[in-house]
Order: sequence, then structure tokens, then C-alpha cells
Amino acid sequence: MKKRLWMFLVLLIVMPALIITTGCSKKQVQPDVSLIGTDADQYDAARQRALAEEEEAGRRALEEQRLMEEQRLMEEKRGQATSEQQQVIEEDVYFDFDQSVIRADAQEVLKKKAEFLRENPGASVVIEGHCDERGTAEYNLALGERRALAAKAFLMNLGISSSRLSTISYGEERPIDPRSDEEAWARNRRAHFVLQ
Amino acid sequence: MIFYVALCYQIKRFFVGICILILSIAAVAPYTHAQYDYIDITKPFLRKIPVAVPVFKAINRTGQESEIGKKGADFLSEALEFTGYFSMLDRKAFLLDPQEAEILGTGINFKNWTVLGAELLVTSGVVIQDGILHIELRLFDTFQQKMLVGKKYTGTPEDLRKIIRRFAGEIIFYLTGNRGIFDSKIAFISTGTGKKEIYICDFDGYDVRQFTNHNSITLFPAWSGDAQWIAYTSYVKGKPDLYIKHVKQKRGFVVAREGINSFPAWFPGKFELAATLSFSGDQEIYLLSGEGKIIKQLTTSEGIDVSPTWSPDGKQMGFVSRRAGSPQIYIKSMDTGNVRRLTFQGNYNTQPAWSPLGDKIVYSSMDGAGINISVIGVDGAGAVRLTHGNRDNESPSWSPDASMIVFNSTREGASRIYVMTAFGTDQRRLLSLPGEQTNPKWSPSVGDSEN
Repeated sequence: MKKRLWMFLVLLIVMPALIITTGCSKKQVQPDVSLIGTDADQYDAARQRALAEEEEAGRRALEEQRLMEEQRLMEEKRGQATSEQQQVIEEDVYFDFDQSVIRADAQEVLKKKAEFLRENPGASVVIEGHCDERGTAEYNLALGERRALAAKAFLMNLGISSSRLSTISYGEERPIDPRSDEEAWARNRRAHFVLQ
Repeated sequence: MIFYVALCYQIKRFFVGICILILSIAAVAPYTHAQYDYIDITKPFLRKIPVAVPVFKAINRTGQESEIGKKGADFLSEALEFTGYFSMLDRKAFLLDPQEAEILGTGINFKNWTVLGAELLVTSGVVIQDGILHIELRLFDTFQQKMLVGKKYTGTPEDLRKIIRRFAGEIIFYLTGNRGIFDSKIAFISTGTGKKEIYICDFDGYDVRQFTNHNSITLFPAWSGDAQWIAYTSYVKGKPDLYIKHVKQKRGFVVAREGINSFPAWFPGKFELAATLSFSGDQEIYLLSGEGKIIKQLTTSEGIDVSPTWSPDGKQMGFVSRRAGSPQIYIKSMDTGNVRRLTFQGNYNTQPAWSPLGDKIVYSSMDGAGINISVIGVDGAGAVRLTHGNRDNESPSWSPDASMIVFNSTREGASRIYVMTAFGTDQRRLLSLPGEQTNPKWSPSVGDSEN
């Protein structure tokens, strides 16, 4: 859909440009036809043709530049929109150690996600539950699932259908920060959302 | 008493190297009055018994016999030392050239050994004839001057380690009344390939081989009671599913319900296992058939219920639950359905493993400093910490005779597999592999064909 729109825009810009340029060359070519016969005339005609071509090339280059600039702006705009959406989805929901309770700050994050999901009724997400490296692997696999399920339940309470929310626990198997300190642990205790 | 084990081997000589069944013929085996007071594994303090294992005598004095004799003595020393029961005497201190020494009880001058402090002595003679290896092995009590165990083995020279392990098993059986660990294996997780896969090695870390090749996250191996099956969790299909695989044949079953399908624990003596499933929306432990069908639900508490472990008689199940607000170990009676809490110290006790003797549960507990391994009586009394330090020591698993515990530790940096005696002594690394190793599980004793 977006591609077609872009094509249309390109045509819109290119077509008048073509009309203008062909119109100009016609004007130049006319005397060229009437003056046929002398070398001087031929020389003049050739010179004028060259001038016209030069002019046209310059105009074409300008057009191209304008087109590129326009394209860049459009992409930038589109990029902004997707990165904003991506940010909403990708912002992790953090948990306290050995807890799967949704904290106050996490509630704000989840509300934004619910808003996005309401605005994009076709979107589904996978909620990944993760733990920090402390504790044992078995328990953390279970805890990770509790975290994912807690985030899912919160979104469901905000009116998002459970059919759009699936969960998976990775326990302590996929830390986002491999370091072993408080900061890393806090970042690793998370529910991560992936748009499907 | 003389006893004879029927031989069941046929060998084609030109197939040297193909493993042949070892037949063992006991020379003189005084099992009539086996004494277990040499080693009492119920005593909380172990005194190591000094043992002398001189180089085996090369009967025909050939180079190959001498080489096998030296290797065999080394293998036996390693095997005996591994158990933690013995201290091996330095061969350099021995008074006799083993090549000249008498290996039969009648000719041994036991004073030559008692003067060195040796309480036990192993003598052996090696014969290699037409590519076939014949070994006689005898265990003596040097103070009582009597033979305790005598065995004769035949095989190929390649069978040497197997033969030595079998004799070490006989020694342990005589001294403790238990078959020991020498035919057991250890399964564990390693990241050597960059992904977590299950590997299997012998009890002593030898003969490591990769068991799974899922190229995914694979976790929590569990041996069936006959050591024929391993159940485990893998993310092959994108989520934690339970796989039940035959160890040797290419067949098995998958439990891939919604949510978690994890933490298998085989029911003693049956092709059934407990595991945590969360398809209901809540994590509960279920009893499954070996094919993965649900037989019944075993826990009914809201919240985390994981890590089942069975008492050897199958009448009780230990597990981890967060029902009281922190992970603790609980025991459920299968008869009454009653559940009681076992651990009260600390606020993070997980990974219970019921001792094959039935009396204790080993587990890991976390505090501010790290994770350490403790044992506790099944009645809740006598908790003892077995590991110390500021790193993680976790995932304990009993040897089949309950004499040892295998676990993983980050004490040297990367996580590695370690073993210790059931009392926490003789802690040492089991093997050195690329990547990190975790989650070791000791197999049951597979048992000898002769039994």
C-alpha cells in the first residue's frame, strides 16, 4: 500500500517534469527544422541542441535531488512512527528479585502497550518471562513463566484479548545483560514483548 | 565358597578390538562372611583406608604384559581413590619388586605391607596369550593375612579399564555391601557447541559423548531407574517441552502442552515419571506415563510447584513450592496426600534430590553470598552444609550407592562439574571441557550381566 503511494508520488513529480522538458525541446527544435540548409545554421542548431541538452540535464539532476530529498524525508517520517511503536512494544517490564508482582513503574509501561494493542487490533505479542542468573535454573524457569503470565493478566484486565497474548518462559537462559551485578540483574528480571 | 559364572562369550580372533564379554571366574571368594565394618558409610566421618596396589605382575614377562600391568594398577588406584574411601600408598615406598613378589596369599609376606601402614593389598598377575588378556586380582587384609576377594577376568587388552572397574566394584561390594558406582554414568549439560546440549560420561569423567543435538536450549536430564531412558526439557520447538528418549535406541516421546513441560523425575521401578506442566495456567506436578500421558495430578497449590524427587520406595515425593512466599522444599505422602514443609532455614531452598538410601535429601540453598549444597534428614533434622564459599554450588545429584554427590560449581570461574563424598569431603573437578557444564545427574547402577 505504502509502496504504491510512493510510486504515485514519484509519477506525480516526474510527469510534469517530463512535460516541461519535452515542451522546451520542441520550442528549440522548431527553428532548427526551418533553418536547415546552411552550415552556419547547422552549427547554430547543433549548438542550441547542446545547450538545450545541458539545460535539460541540469534540470533532471535537480529533479533527482528533489526526489531523493523527498524520499529521505518520507522514510524518516515512517522510521519515526515505527520506532515509536517499537519502543512501546520493546520497553521491558521489570520485576523485583524472586517476584512476579507487577510494580507501579511496570504498570505504566504495560498501559502504553495496551494502548498500542488497542490501536492496532491486528497485532499479537509474545510475552517472554526472564530471570536474573541468581537462583536455580528450575525455579527460575517457573518464575519466568509467572512473570510472563502476570504481564499477560494485567493486559487482559485492560481489555486485551488473551488470544492476542501468548507467553513463554526462558528462565535464566537468555539474559540481556551478561554481567553479574545489581544493575545487570535488575535489567534481566523482565518480561520482554515481541510483536508477531 | 567357589562359584562359577557361566561364560557366554565367543570371540573371533581377527576381530581384535571388538569388545568381548568379559567372563569372570572367581578363584576363591569368601562371601560367606563378608564384613562391612571396613567401611561404614553411615558414619559421618570417614577414615581413609590405606591401600597398596603394586604394579600387576607380568607372568610371561613380555613388554605388553608389563605395560598392561602398569596401566591396570594405575586404573585400579584411580578407581579406588575416586570413591573417597581409600588413601593410595605411594608405590615408590614398596619394599618388593612386584615382578618378583608372590601374588598368591600363601606366598605373601604381609609384614612387608603392614610396616608401610597398608591395611589392604591388591595383587595381580597378567597373562596375554594370542591377543587375549587374562587377569587375576586379589584383595587381601594385610593384618588378618587373609584374602577378601579373588577374581579372574578374561577379555581383550582394550577391555582393561572395564575389567578393572568391575573388580573395583567387587572390592566396594565386599567392603560396603553396596554395588557402588563403577558401572554408573553421569549426564550433564554443556555449552561446548555454543548451545546447551546433554552429554554423558562415565562416573569418573571418562568417555564423554554428546547425547542431544538439538541446537537449542536443552536442560534438566533425568535417568530412568533402569538407566535406559533420559527425560529432559528442550526448546527445540520454541518452548520448554518434555522429551523422553531411549538412551541407545532412536525412539522416544514428547510432551508439548502449552506452557512449561519440565523437571522430569522418574518414579522408582516403573516406566512413569513426575513433571511440572502449566497447561492449566498454573504450574502443577503431574504423574505421567513413560509415553507422556497424564496419569494423575500430584500437587494442587496455586503458584510455583517444581523439581519433584521420589523417595526410593515411591511412597513420598519431595518438591519445591513457593506456597509460603519463598521457594522451600516440601514432602508429599502418596498414601495420605498430606504435604509437609521440610526446609525452614533461609528463604531460597531448591533442587531437592532424595538419597537412594532413603534417609536424606540433598538440596541447594541460596543466601546473600551465593548458592551452597546442604543435606537434611527426611524428618527435617540434622541439616548439614556440604559446600562453602562465595560462589555457586548447585544442582546436587546422588551416586547410585549414595556414597557421593555430583554437582556444578563456579568456584573456579566458569561453571564446571565436581564430585564430593556424601559428607562433603574430597571435593574435586570431574572433567575439563570447553564451555560451561551444569545440571549433572548421576545414573542408577546399570548392574552387571553376571548378577
